[in-house]
Amino acid sequence: MRFGIVTFPGSNCDQDAHHVVSHVLGHEARFIWHKETDLEDVDCVILPGGFSYGDYLRCGAIARFSPIMDAVVRFANEGGYVIGICNGFQVLTETGLLPGVLLRNQGLKFICEDTRLVVANGHSPWTVLCPETLVAPIAHAEGCYFASPEVIGQLEEQGRVIFRYASSRGEELAESNPNGSINNIAGIINEAGNVLGMMPHPERNSETALGDASGAAIFRSIIHSFEARA
Amino acid sequence: MNPPAAFSADPRQGDPAITDQLIAEHGLTPDEYQKVLGILGRPPTWTELGVFSVMWSEHCSYKTSRRFLKTLPTEGERVLQGPGENAGVVDVGDGLGVCFKMESHNHPSFIEPYQGAATGVGGILRDVFTMNARPIALLNSLRFGTPEHPRTSYLVDGVVDGIAGYGNCMGIPTVGGEIDFNRCYNGNILVNAMAVGIVPADRIFRGIAAGPGNPVLYVGSRTGRDGIHGATMASDSFEEGGEGRRPTVQVGDPYTEKRLLEACMELMQQDAVIAIQDMGAAGLTSSSVEMAGRGGTGLVLHVDRIPRREPGMTPYECLLSESQERMLIVAAAGREHIVEEVFTKWDLEAVVVGEVTDDGCWRILEDGQTVAAIPVLALTDEAPNYDRPREKPADLKQRQTTPELSAHGDCAAVLERLLGSPGIADKRWVYRQYDHMVRLGTLERPGDADAAVLRLPGSKRMLAVCVDGNSVHVKLDPFGGAQGIIAEACRNLACTGAQAIGATDCLNFGNPERPDVMWEFEQAVLGLGEGLRQAHVPIVSGNVSFYNETGEQSIHPTPTIGMVGLIEAGVSPLGMALPSAGSLVLLGSPRPVLGGSAYARVIHDSEQGMPPQVYWSEELALHQLLREAAQRGLLLAAHDLSEGGLATSLAEMLISSRGKASGCQIQVPCPPSAEAVELSLFGETHGCAWVAVEDERRAELLALCQEMQCRATALGSIGGEGLRILDAQGSVVLDRSAESLRKAFEGGFAESIGLSPCPPRV
Amino acid sequence: MRIRVHVTPRRGVLDPQGQAVAHGLSNLGFSGLGEVRVGKVVDLELTSESDPEAALATARKMASQLLANEVVEDFSVEVLG
Repeated sequence: MRFGIVTFPGSNCDQDAHHVVSHVLGHEARFIWHKETDLEDVDCVILPGGFSYGDYLRCGAIARFSPIMDAVVRFANEGGYVIGICNGFQVLTETGLLPGVLLRNQGLKFICEDTRLVVANGHSPWTVLCPETLVAPIAHAEGCYFASPEVIGQLEEQGRVIFRYASSRGEELAESNPNGSINNIAGIINEAGNVLGMMPHPERNSETALGDASGAAIFRSIIHSFEARA
Repeated sequence: MNPPAAFSADPRQGDPAITDQLIAEHGLTPDEYQKVLGILGRPPTWTELGVFSVMWSEHCSYKTSRRFLKTLPTEGERVLQGPGENAGVVDVGDGLGVCFKMESHNHPSFIEPYQGAATGVGGILRDVFTMNARPIALLNSLRFGTPEHPRTSYLVDGVVDGIAGYGNCMGIPTVGGEIDFNRCYNGNILVNAMAVGIVPADRIFRGIAAGPGNPVLYVGSRTGRDGIHGATMASDSFEEGGEGRRPTVQVGDPYTEKRLLEACMELMQQDAVIAIQDMGAAGLTSSSVEMAGRGGTGLVLHVDRIPRREPGMTPYECLLSESQERMLIVAAAGREHIVEEVFTKWDLEAVVVGEVTDDGCWRILEDGQTVAAIPVLALTDEAPNYDRPREKPADLKQRQTTPELSAHGDCAAVLERLLGSPGIADKRWVYRQYDHMVRLGTLERPGDADAAVLRLPGSKRMLAVCVDGNSVHVKLDPFGGAQGIIAEACRNLACTGAQAIGATDCLNFGNPERPDVMWEFEQAVLGLGEGLRQAHVPIVSGNVSFYNETGEQSIHPTPTIGMVGLIEAGVSPLGMALPSAGSLVLLGSPRPVLGGSAYARVIHDSEQGMPPQVYWSEELALHQLLREAAQRGLLLAAHDLSEGGLATSLAEMLISSRGKASGCQIQVPCPPSAEAVELSLFGETHGCAWVAVEDERRAELLALCQEMQCRATALGSIGGEGLRILDAQGSVVLDRSAESLRKAFEGGFAESIGLSPCPPRV
Repeated sequence: MRIRVHVTPRRGVLDPQGQAVAHGLSNLGFSGLGEVRVGKVVDLELTSESDPEAALATARKMASQLLANEVVEDFSVEVLG
């Protein structure tokens, strides 16, 4: 499987994502400069974490207008796999590929810490190989998921909330919600299921050397889904 | 010195007249001004006066500290670059060097904590990446006033936010640090930031302007009026009401710095750069002067070509501006287009603003008119060099008198107060705001071990990094206390399994014009040197910050040390968390004292007596044993004894096991009097560490101790409920549940400062 | 022509900054404080527009496409001169 990792000016988890899909999981990966305009040789696009355009104005708002994003929208609309991690999730909501918006954390502070996720929908292409709960390192100041009640209703009804913040035992508690997201939402997919946005960084816990490797299950799932589809 | 006739400059129209008052405002003494006249053979222009003012400031010239810094050991087999460059570099094998430096940003951070701390981080990162080192970690050492002081919570919040804001955006993990509180910092906080990077050993870039005719390029952000006279401000004491000096504080733009980093790293892959230097304190002036100074060349700059943010800026302002995120590059002639191409890719400006010359003159032109022309050497080597008077402080004897401290009587209560005191308490409130995981290299996270442990990209070895300081110990005994800092830093590294290989220092002191402050400075530098020589660790970079005082109140002498260590391939780095079972062994010979201890300060509000002394052969034997045992995989956890003593250290290991160990029990060989018990539980000592070992391998460890001449003095076991400590006769002197200790430790920081607490860990 | 764009959080959208400011103000002793909302102000210099209506229309377009996220923010525009 060939991964393409988009580098915006200010992206800073692009190297990390590249390392995990190529060196840890052994797949092809290349960086895509934000000024490029085509994605021809790519099977899965990763919009990595970081501070694209310094997160000035609003996180992801300016990156959305980078030349590559037209191609990403086309690619997604044609069914291509796209994962936005952290800042990448923010770019996806600004682009409209995913609904809602990521607001400032309820506690107003940047938070870098391990959280836990419960996999709320294990049938998506991104979660087929995931265990019930995952360790999930977060690192963000704007990760509070918000959308109108109608949108939330729709997401819930269609099983599009795929990750929720939870306790280590998998209970979705208020105190396990680090940022105030509605319904403890940590990750959602589009209607077709090929676009995922999530605030936690699965690339940060994909190797046992770093203490936990449960995040790799998300990458393994999409590789599995891709191979099953081919 | 008789300058050649060519070194003439013309005052600009509208320049203020050079009056005695103007000279004094520029911080030049009458003697220094006479020296300027002698060098130039004529009165300086206003522009030149400004240039002399910053280049001869304490901050840039080290005019007071130079003679002492020379005594520090700076050489060793591993040293690839010692002091005098943007940062130092130490060889770590595999063709790699580790490049690092620590620097202070105290005054700006007191005036505007967010921007002051943020730009401190930005500046130290530039120092590292100008050397072609990819930054992989940030650390910091912070000092604030008492937790109750009305400005403390504001300053803590702002400084932490500023460090986070800059480091997080850059994508460089902030992996470690230390924070302490003392009333001596009420009016003058300390913010010392350290950056660590990795550089190919054969591609270290330096700031040596060579090759007359080579073009000089200005790259990065545009120049505004910010930070003018920052270098002289850093060499100035705070007057009461100094908070009004806001306009000189620079504003950081980490997004631009991130692009600058990537552009520089990309550029340095190609053969276009002869020299490169960050525009830090004193901006364009110091970067261009220092590069020419190292190259033994001259330099001409066309100030009208400098990209500016505001119209109407004078050469004086352009030269002294401390706008951030800028660099000066000497390119190989004919290759400047490569520089321009790379910077354009990253949406940054790169403009040819001058060239290297061979006449030893630093010359500034504005529309063809010479507005400044100064011999380079006059600004560097020939800057003033003072031998300031030094005198033992009158109250030294009294400082060192052993205080009469009566026993508190309740060891468990004492322990909880110590664990909850903000200097010792859990710093999660702080480090959860720092992205400490980005770059996927953090093997031991903040709070989990005595030093941060990082992967070394391109090598199977690992890097351990820590910062240390203890200003109370140094205040009480500058020579011994400074040695203690070195011992502690090496010990922290050894507790993870690492061998110390290099150090950087930040020397934060009061007003050097006070003989007692100068005496403390001299003694502390001598102590650092003694420690470094004993431990065979070279200093490769550093910085001095004087004039840390408000009114008559100088801060405690506060040297801080950043140290880097190497862990061999295949070794599992050690953390401090107790495992679920096993034995405890106290390594080393404790010699607890209460002088300057956290116990004396927190429980008795006393800051008096001799602090613990370092016994180097024992100290180094301990470090060697820790490394050897770690290499043999004998140890499950290690944590040194430092602030709060033996009991505090053990409690920290229990708490950080987060429930894995239900408790632990130890017996301390001390007589049953309350005073003796409190001294041995909370007294501070060098040369000791707690380690955890599997029961079956305890004998092996003890045999190794004997072989390596490191004593094992107290024994205990993991298990049971909570922390239980028995005296020599087997009576329980302390018994507390792990939960109760944890609460004190985890809540103490935010609570005592009045910050909103962070929610419990998931 | 200089145009000012005000961007404010929509009613009903959580505004933790506003809450923090309200909290701070009440700590300072200001009473009688209802809801506080924190937004931003963007000043634009439109060099090729001299007609105020046309300038406002351009600014509205800019606000709707980039300056505000209409999922959670409202905006208004005014001529500064």
